[in-house]
Amino acid sequence: MDSHDRRRSRRLGGVTKVVPISYYVTLSAVLFGLGIAGVLFKRNIITIFMSIELMLNAVNLAFVAFGRSLGQLQGQVFVFFVIVVAAAEAAVGLAIVIVVARSRQSLNVERVNLLKL
Amino acid sequence: MFVLTHLWIIPLLPLLGAGANGILGRAWSRATTSAVALGATGLSFFFTVELAREFFYLAPAQIPWVHSSFTWIEAGGLRVDYALQVDQLTMVMLFVVTGVGWLIHLYSTGYMADDDGYRRFFAYLNLFMFFMLTLVLAANYALLFVGWEGVGLSSYLLIGFWFLRKTATDAGNKAFWVNRVGDFGFLLGMFILFRQFGTLDFAPVFRGATAMPVETGGHGLLTAAALLLLAGATGKSAQIPLYIWLPDAMEGPTPVSALIHAATMVAAGVYMIARSNALFLQAPFAMTAVAVIGCLTAFFAATIALVQTDIKRVLAYSTISQLGYMFLGCGVGAFAGGVFHLMTHAFFKALLFLGAGSVMHAMGGQQDMRQMGGLRKRIPWTYGTMLVAALAIAGTPGFSGFFSKDEILEATRSGPHSQPVLYALGLLTAGLTSFYIFRLVFLTFHGEPRYEDGHVHPHESPRAMLVPLVVLAILSLAGGWWAAPGLWGGVNHFDRFLGPVFGGVTIASAAEAGSGPSALLRALLGAPVIVGLIGFLLAWWLYIRRPEFPARLAESFRVVYQLLSGKYFVDELYAATIVRPLLWLSRNLLWHAVDEGVIDGGVNGVARGAGEFGDGLRHLNSGNTRTYATWIVMGAVVLTTLLIWMAH
Repeated sequence: MDSHDRRRSRRLGGVTKVVPISYYVTLSAVLFGLGIAGVLFKRNIITIFMSIELMLNAVNLAFVAFGRSLGQLQGQVFVFFVIVVAAAEAAVGLAIVIVVARSRQSLNVERVNLLKL
Repeated sequence: MFVLTHLWIIPLLPLLGAGANGILGRAWSRATTSAVALGATGLSFFFTVELAREFFYLAPAQIPWVHSSFTWIEAGGLRVDYALQVDQLTMVMLFVVTGVGWLIHLYSTGYMADDDGYRRFFAYLNLFMFFMLTLVLAANYALLFVGWEGVGLSSYLLIGFWFLRKTATDAGNKAFWVNRVGDFGFLLGMFILFRQFGTLDFAPVFRGATAMPVETGGHGLLTAAALLLLAGATGKSAQIPLYIWLPDAMEGPTPVSALIHAATMVAAGVYMIARSNALFLQAPFAMTAVAVIGCLTAFFAATIALVQTDIKRVLAYSTISQLGYMFLGCGVGAFAGGVFHLMTHAFFKALLFLGAGSVMHAMGGQQDMRQMGGLRKRIPWTYGTMLVAALAIAGTPGFSGFFSKDEILEATRSGPHSQPVLYALGLLTAGLTSFYIFRLVFLTFHGEPRYEDGHVHPHESPRAMLVPLVVLAILSLAGGWWAAPGLWGGVNHFDRFLGPVFGGVTIASAAEAGSGPSALLRALLGAPVIVGLIGFLLAWWLYIRRPEFPARLAESFRVVYQLLSGKYFVDELYAATIVRPLLWLSRNLLWHAVDEGVIDGGVNGVARGAGEFGDGLRHLNSGNTRTYATWIVMGAVVLTTLLIWMAH
């Protein structure tokens, strides 16, 4: 355990200091909120896309932090899943973006309004 | 033993005939159609004869012979078999129904020869035979009710046979609805019987009823059941207060009037009461009700018949009146007399109707007796046979009607349930009967012709119509002779034959009290005969000697005449008190308020509510991706909040 601690924390005057979990969670929440704001308020599809990535990574951060804090592997394993899904989503999503851009001649999400009965 | 163990064959044959003609017979010639119909009915008659032969060899203990083919209904404590039963009463009814029925089928081949609905007519007629035979053969009330409703259906179909005539369809509806009122009572009566005895089979019900004490107080379960059954009988047999449908039923073809609305179906009520005699005998109040209703009906219908000018309407009211006699007979305990009159009436009334049909045939469809007259030389066969029927219905000694009517009146006067007041009324009715029937004969066949000779060419009917007339005339003449020995102190064979059905209740007929020639003389010169003679003389005097007098009479007794020719305005009374309020209620409450307001309003309201709700939700579905995203986020926030809140 010692070697792990050494690698992950700073040694300050012989006292091992661990960054508290609340810091990570707060950062994750801020990032997630920024992502939501981006999705809701930006009009450019690419920007929205990036905001979604931001939200995913905010969640990843929370997973890793909790995984480390609780000393369990599930959180970290889950991150890999999220990364894989995010990659797949990026592939599909960007393809959709290209199609939308071609058909609408625009990246403005306001123009994509056929998703209704 | 073949027919006894295969009783179902008797009703089944006409059903097959009806099915064959009704379903397969589209391309058949008229000869084939009538051959099938007559063949089916004729075979039924043949099997009835064979049944009579087998029945003769049955030991008394085996009667009533009940044969169950299969279980029809089994639910909870209720078990109803398709069970047919034969006893003496059934035998009489079978002969009347199949015999008279076959003759009328034969007559119809002539009468309906030129009708477009030939095949339909015979299919209906056979269907009627099926239901009527089911009715008389049934061994329980439920099966009897099937026949009961079935003959009502056939009656409806045949009254409205010429359905292009509004009056005919109206008459059919009227018959159906009025009968429905009575059937309601019949059903309730059956429910009471089932509740009390746990079965609807005749034998156990009657055994149970006989074991119960006589309800002398005039109230009790059996009285209620009997009165409800009586309500059903008043509907089917056209008694006060439900007789109003029968005169209108004359809209149907004349053979139908003869078979269904005179000879057989309308007698079903009498048959049912006679069949249920064990119940009625335990309920004296119901017996009195039967007698009073019957006697009043006999009297009032006879008075209406006095002034009718339509030949078939006279006969219709005459039928109601004679059915009243049968009820009177049953009501005073002379069940055998009632059934006897049922039988003789079937002969002479069928004959009268068929004769009237023959007259109409001769006169080109004319039914108004004021446009007839002097026909006796033009259609002698019709005249002769109708005269026999008239003599029979008037109660001329020697003719069939004399024996049966005499027996009923005698039981009313001196039987164990005698009703002296009703006897007087019944006697008066006998005079009226004689008067109206000879008025009919004189107006139609005697006097000067009142039709324009150039337009109408009276001609005798074809042989197919005359043969039934002659056979029925013979039966009308001789059909009562079974009872004849009773007159000189011997045995009334008809009563003795039916005795076992009516629990040995035999009514001393006119002369059984005394014996020898004096009793015979008393019967022949008894009050009914004298009264009948007076009626005849009055009719002769008014319509032969002084043909101008009836009009003057009608003028001077204007109110009475109007009352009678208006049929006591009972139809108008019912229209004002029942039909119109019911229509008003149906239209305004049930139609406009309940149906349109509540039901339609409810259904439409739910639909409109759903529509408006959906219309509101539609705005959520804007198509704007970011709006959707906003909803998702809001949902997530709400869910998260909930989760956190619940976690605490």
